[in-house]
Amino acid sequence: MRTMTANQERQMESVSRKKGGAFWKKFFQQRYLYLMSVPFVLWAFVFSYLPLWGWTMAFQKFKPGIPFGDQKWVGLQYFRELFADEQFYRVLRNTLAMSTMGLVAGFVVPIVFAVVLNEVRAMPVKRFVQTVSYLPHFVSWVVVAGIVTKMLSTEGGVVNDILVSLHIVDEPIQFMAKGGLFWYIVTASDVWKEMGWNTIIYLAAIAGIGPELYEAAKVDGASRLRQIWHITLPGIRPTIVVLLIMSIGHLVGIGFEKQFLLGNPLVSDYSQVLDLYALNYGLGLGRFSFGTAINIFNSVISVFLLLVANGIFKRTTKESIF
Amino acid sequence: MQAIRRFAGRPWSDQLFEVVVYVILILVTVVTLYPFLNVLAISLNDSTDSVRGGLTIYPRVPTFKNYETIFAFGGLMTGLKISVLRTVVGTLMGLVSASMLAFTISRADFQGRRFISAFLALTMYVSGGLIPFYILIRDLNMMNTFAVYVLPGLVSAFNVFIIRSFIDGIPFALQESAKLDGANDWTIFWRVILPLTKPALATIALFLAVGQWNAWFDTYLYNGSSEKLTTLQFELMKVLQSTTTNADQFRGRNMTEVMRQISPESVKMAITIVVTVPILVVYPFLQKYFVKGMTLGAVKS
Repeated sequence: MRTMTANQERQMESVSRKKGGAFWKKFFQQRYLYLMSVPFVLWAFVFSYLPLWGWTMAFQKFKPGIPFGDQKWVGLQYFRELFADEQFYRVLRNTLAMSTMGLVAGFVVPIVFAVVLNEVRAMPVKRFVQTVSYLPHFVSWVVVAGIVTKMLSTEGGVVNDILVSLHIVDEPIQFMAKGGLFWYIVTASDVWKEMGWNTIIYLAAIAGIGPELYEAAKVDGASRLRQIWHITLPGIRPTIVVLLIMSIGHLVGIGFEKQFLLGNPLVSDYSQVLDLYALNYGLGLGRFSFGTAINIFNSVISVFLLLVANGIFKRTTKESIF
Repeated sequence: MQAIRRFAGRPWSDQLFEVVVYVILILVTVVTLYPFLNVLAISLNDSTDSVRGGLTIYPRVPTFKNYETIFAFGGLMTGLKISVLRTVVGTLMGLVSASMLAFTISRADFQGRRFISAFLALTMYVSGGLIPFYILIRDLNMMNTFAVYVLPGLVSAFNVFIIRSFIDGIPFALQESAKLDGANDWTIFWRVILPLTKPALATIALFLAVGQWNAWFDTYLYNGSSEKLTTLQFELMKVLQSTTTNADQFRGRNMTEVMRQISPESVKMAITIVVTVPILVVYPFLQKYFVKGMTLGAVKS
C-alpha cells in the first residue's frame, strides 16, 4: 500500500507547489472531500472503536444501567475465574483444533484445486467447473448447515447410503450425534463451502507467472508434474505465505457460525468455541464482565499468533506482511 | 475428435496426468452440485412420500404443494420482505460510504488522507468483541429496529480499499481537466469517478448484497423477539434447528411451533430453496467482476 503510483506522484507535486498555503484555506478548498469522508469516519469510530472502550468491563464488576464512574473495579478477578474454569480449557482445545484443521485443509485443498484447474486446457470446461465451485460460497451457513445435516442424516443421507451400499459400514452412522466426528464435519463443510472461492487468488497468481518459464521447461523435457513442482508452486509461494500469515492471525477468531449451526447439545463438548462460550456465558447468563474477559483473551492470542507467524516467516522465507 | 488424436499422441505420463485432472474436476462438480439438486428434488416431492427416503436428483411424486404451504405462512412473507429490504438498503448505503471514502483517500492532495487510511486499516484488525458490541447496540437503542441491519456494518475498510485501488488506476488527468471545466470535487465524484468505477462497484455490490441476504445472527441477537423484523435466513435457521435444539431458546416462537407440526423434510427443503435461489440467479453474471475485484484486493493488501 505504501508504493506510490505515478498518478499519485503527480498529485503530490501539485501539492508541494502550493505548500505554505494555510491549512484552513486548503480545508475550505477540499470541503467536499471532508464532507464525503468525515461522517463515515465518525461512523467507523462509533462502531469499530467505541466497543474497545467496553473492554474496561472485564476489569469491573459490571452492572448494566450504572454510570461508568460508579462501577466497582475488580482488577483481574474475571481473568482468574476464566483460567480456573475447567470448561475454558475444553473450549480452547476445540477452538485450536478446529482452526488448525481448518487452516491446513483450507490451504492445501484450494492450492491443489487451483493447480489442477490451471492444467485444464479446455476453457469452457474450466469456466464451468469454476462457476460451479464458487456456488457454495454464496450460500449462507444456515443453508450449508441444513444441507450438511441432510447429507449426513441416517435417513436417506447420501453419505450413509454410499457407505452402506459399499459395505464399509453395516448400519448408518449417526454423524451429527458423535462428538468425536464434529471437528471433521466442520472442517469438511468449510472446505466444501470455500474451496472454489479460495482458488481465485491462487489462479490469479498462477496467471502472473511468465509463460516463457513453461516453454523453457518443455524444451528441457519436463513432464507436467515437474512443471508444477518447479514453476507453478514456487511461482505462487509469495501469495501462499502472505495468506498463511494472515490466516494464522485469525486462528482463534474462527467465529462461531459453523459451530453454532452444526452443533447440538449431544456434541457440545466438542463444538463449543471461544466466541460461542462468550455468547453463552456472557450474553446468555448475563455475565458481561466474564464474557468480555473471554473476548479480550481471544484478541490477545490473535495478535500474538500473528506476530509469531510473521516473525517466523520473516526469518525463514524473507516474506512477511510487515 | 481432434482432441482425442492429440491426447493419444502424448507420452503416457501426460495421459495419466490428464485423466487424473479430469477425474478431480468431475468429482468436485458432483460433490458441489449433488446436494443442491437433492434438496431441490426433495422440495418438489410430495412430503409424505419423501419420508420413505431414497430421493436423488429428481422428484418421485412431483408437486408444488410444499411451496404453497410455506408461502401460506405470514411469517415467511414478512421474512422475505425484510430480507429484500435490508439487502437493497444495506447494499446502496454500503456502496455510497465505501466509494466516497475510497475517492477521498485516493486523492494524494487531500489533507486527511493519511489519517483516514490508517484509521480505516486499523478497524480490520481491532474489534471489541461480541459483548461490548452488543452493549453498544443496546445503549444506542437499536434493539428491535430495522436500523440494526444496515447501520453498524455501514463502513467496511476492506471494501473501501478495493474500490480505492481501482480508482488509483484511473488517470488523474481526467479529474484535473474536469476541474478546469469548473467542476468541484463533489461533481467530479459523481460525474467522473463513479461511472468509471462501475466494475469495482459491481463487485462490492455483490459482496454487500450477499452479506446482507445471508445474515441471520444480527436478527438472532437483536431482533429475535420482534416478529415484524425477522429475516428469511433467521426463519430458516429456526426451522432447521427446531429438530435438534430446544425451540424455547428462540424468543420469537410462533413460526417454529407451527412449522414443527408440519415440517417434514420437504417443507424444510422448500424454504432452503427459496432462501438460496436469488443468489444463484445473480452470481454467475457477476463472476467476471468479482474475480477481478478479489484479485485486485489480494494484490493490494
